[in-house]
Amino acid sequence: MLLAVEDLAKSHATGEGRVEVLRGASLALDAGQSLALTGESGSGKSTLLHLVAGLDRPDSGRIRVAGQDLGGLDDAGRARLRRETLGLVFQQFNLIPALDVAANLAFQARIAGRHDPAWCAALARRLGLDALLHRWPEELSGGQQQRVAIGRALAARPRLILADEPTGSLDEVAGEAVLDLMLGLVAETGTALLMVTHSLRLAGRLAGRVHLAGGRLAPC
Amino acid sequence: MLRAGVAVLAGHWRRHPLQLAMAVVGLVLATALWTGVQAINVEARASYARAAALLDQDRLARLLPRAGDRLDEADFVRLRRAGWLVAPVIEGAGEGADGRRLHLVGIDPLTAPPGALTLALAEGATLAAFITPPGRFLADAATAAAAAGQLPGPVEVVAGIAPGVVIGDVGIVQNLLGAEGELSRLILWPDQPAGLPDWQEVAPDLRRESPAAAGDLSRLTASFHLNLTAFGFLAFVVGLFIVHAAVGLAFEARRTGFRIMRALGLPLAALVALAAGELLLLALLAGAAGVALGYLVAGALMPDVAATLAGLYGAEVAGGLALRAEWWAGGLAMAVAGTLVAAAAGLLGLARMPALPAARPRAWARASGRRIGAQAAAGAAGVVLALTATALPGLSAAFVAVAALLLGAALVLPGMLAAALALLAGVVRGPVAGWFLADTRQGLSGLSLALMALLLALAANIGVGTMVASFRLTFTAWLDQRLASELYVTGRDEAEAEALRAWLAPRAAAVLPIWSVEGPLAGQPGEIYGVVDHSTYRRNWPLLAALPDAWNRVAAGEALLVNEQLARRAGLAPGDRLELPGGARLEVAGVYSDYGNPVGQAIVAAARLSSLYPRHERRRWAVRVAAADAPALARALARAFDLPAGAVVLQAEVKAASLAIFERTFAVTAALNLFTLGVAAVALFASLVTLAGLRLPQLAPVWALGLTRARLARLELARALMLAALVLAAALPLGLGLAWLLLARVNVAAFGWRLPMHLFPADWARLGLLALLAAAIAAAGPARRLARRPPADLLAVFAHER
Repeated sequence: MLLAVEDLAKSHATGEGRVEVLRGASLALDAGQSLALTGESGSGKSTLLHLVAGLDRPDSGRIRVAGQDLGGLDDAGRARLRRETLGLVFQQFNLIPALDVAANLAFQARIAGRHDPAWCAALARRLGLDALLHRWPEELSGGQQQRVAIGRALAARPRLILADEPTGSLDEVAGEAVLDLMLGLVAETGTALLMVTHSLRLAGRLAGRVHLAGGRLAPC
Repeated sequence: MLRAGVAVLAGHWRRHPLQLAMAVVGLVLATALWTGVQAINVEARASYARAAALLDQDRLARLLPRAGDRLDEADFVRLRRAGWLVAPVIEGAGEGADGRRLHLVGIDPLTAPPGALTLALAEGATLAAFITPPGRFLADAATAAAAAGQLPGPVEVVAGIAPGVVIGDVGIVQNLLGAEGELSRLILWPDQPAGLPDWQEVAPDLRRESPAAAGDLSRLTASFHLNLTAFGFLAFVVGLFIVHAAVGLAFEARRTGFRIMRALGLPLAALVALAAGELLLLALLAGAAGVALGYLVAGALMPDVAATLAGLYGAEVAGGLALRAEWWAGGLAMAVAGTLVAAAAGLLGLARMPALPAARPRAWARASGRRIGAQAAAGAAGVVLALTATALPGLSAAFVAVAALLLGAALVLPGMLAAALALLAGVVRGPVAGWFLADTRQGLSGLSLALMALLLALAANIGVGTMVASFRLTFTAWLDQRLASELYVTGRDEAEAEALRAWLAPRAAAVLPIWSVEGPLAGQPGEIYGVVDHSTYRRNWPLLAALPDAWNRVAAGEALLVNEQLARRAGLAPGDRLELPGGARLEVAGVYSDYGNPVGQAIVAAARLSSLYPRHERRRWAVRVAAADAPALARALARAFDLPAGAVVLQAEVKAASLAIFERTFAVTAALNLFTLGVAAVALFASLVTLAGLRLPQLAPVWALGLTRARLARLELARALMLAALVLAAALPLGLGLAWLLLARVNVAAFGWRLPMHLFPADWARLGLLALLAAAIAAAGPARRLARRPPADLLAVFAHER
């Protein structure tokens, strides 16, 4: 199993006390599979994704990614896991403002020590970024930026892509185009995909779907 | 409506107290250093004004002896008999109880023109006591305490008399100085009776000096005060950089809030007025604190300034401070003006801000690149202006060159740093190093003001440090040359001086006269010394330029030597001729360095001096003797003649005293240097702290992609150190350029002598370490916070709209 989440719990402190966001959430994902994670706004989808990415720590429960227990990893270990095993795509793209498109595309692959210029060039071509390689992030449209973010995630040939509402800030046409590209590339490369979305229509395009409600996951 | 607006504006500061603290600290420091320096200047100038005004020297012409420093009282009597309204004055040095130098001034209240002092003496009883032996003396409180018991009559405290000055009746002071029948000058009443004979026929040995020429003290010290003002202004500008950074960030952070307030119906004019009012309040509160701090700074520096002015110019200034309304008002005005200048860009942006945000985010990287380019072009123009001004004569041109060079270099700095980082990016390999350099380049605009402040502070340190150290090295060598004699002896009168010489002759290797007269040289106040032909002068006197056989020609009475000051002011070079008072014209055989002397000086053979000015004083001798024997000889001499303290001075004591004066002279400069560097460090800290929060969107993606927070923190620290090192590399040539301007232009224009420039790499290394340490300390806090930043803060970047 590439990803195994068992009995995960997480709460946040607020002005009115602690709010339990996850109460024993569990899921599993194999290599090459794609899974949509749906739920209402504020249901904890992004929190679950951040926990899987090792960006945050759970209160209890276990997460195993590619055979590694995240609970046993320190900050540096979790950073290595993100570098070498995961690809992250955020709703707000989160490109690095100081780097141009070409450097953004290659950045994670290079810090993971797996930079393959030919693969990067192929990705740029597939994503329609050839003509934009020397532009700066703020010079791109939202759709263009999201394509760069997807290319960046795939350039390092990750085993698992975690996407947090990747089309959430795009219009419907641009969102569909970006999702088509991502799903096509994921299928081609055999990468697993866990995608957070609140759109049932988009979720339906993935192989499986789980729904988060009341802090627990239920298969749909 | 306005109340709601105020609440929104104040709410920002409540939520970001650090930004508020930085703005306040910047303004307090800027105002403190500026007002501190101004307080010192105002106090010193007030002292000069008091000294001049009491004797009406500032507005009345006077008659002085054509040769020497004393005129015959008979001239005064002849002029009065001829109907001229003149008043006699005698001046001389005395000694107070604590060894403090007293400046004794004797006046005649019956003939003196009406003035503050004569009005104070107008009451019958006071006047009678003043002119009747043992007399009554007048001084300020501190001087009166020092003079008590040292004078024949009581010393009365009169506020407003310059520090160190004791005023008494002319006849009584003549007695005290052993100068019966002699006077220093005659003050000419402004309105004279009609039909008087020409005063030059009545007193042909006198010359008239106009009131303008009499204001020597303020002219001489003007350069010193200009230097202090320049330093104060530099510190003020550096402080304003902090204010600009803090206020600019506050405006940027509140941009969305401003838009919402406008959307909800607050008129733009009201919004601008509210923001301006907020700034005004900030300026007044922080300015008041700054003025108070400036008073403390001035109080701490004033004793050193007083010592400097006394040592360099003989100007007596009180070592304390009075609270003056003028610099309170001036300080607050500067704080308000400075705040408005620092916040001008923010206010202008607010006034022009559209109600709706731009459709696309601003391409700020490119915009900042264009700004840096335009700034560099303006800076290059400044450097060209500096080079042009360097070629022009005069003190103003020299200061224009200094200001243009500093400002130009500061403006060019961000462009130079961007170019250097681009160059490095082409050399380094590795994605993290590449991102690090690209990110640093992109973040330059946010840090540029702080880096410019650091550049100015470092360059000022290197420049002024090089000047002071060069001065010290040259001054020490010059002291060794000029103070070659082991002992200096002064007799109470000429008979005793001759007896001293006779006693010393068999006991010393040589007894050399130190004889001089004062008189105009090339139209300016000067002094003429007579020397005998001796190896002491030939071997040790530091000649900058000379004709062959110069000393032989001087010894033969055919030629003279002039000091550098006189040579520069009068455009004299070896081979030219100089007219001495009395009409003799001698060839200039050489030019010698004479650091620290404000007046022109010439050296002729002693015999020639005596033939030209037979009435010159003959009381001082320089004695050559084995150095080890000098203290014993000094003791024996003092015992044999019962000489007072100060009549026999050992060379070592003079050197020590001269060096002490030197050190105190530059203590103020060193303190201001340190203050400026401290303010720059605060500016860097303020920028890094305020930028730390804004940098999260840049850092969060890199963290998410696999760099740990600890590594990012180390990179942030490395960034500050790298930038400080690059700024230091730029500051070194700038500082040396500044040092050259100070030594070769400002010094020459202000004082009339040029110093050789020496280089001190060890000092640069020390300063470099200090700068890196300051940068590391400034960056350590934000870096530490980043390393410990909860992931939730970084995750917020992904969760929320930026």
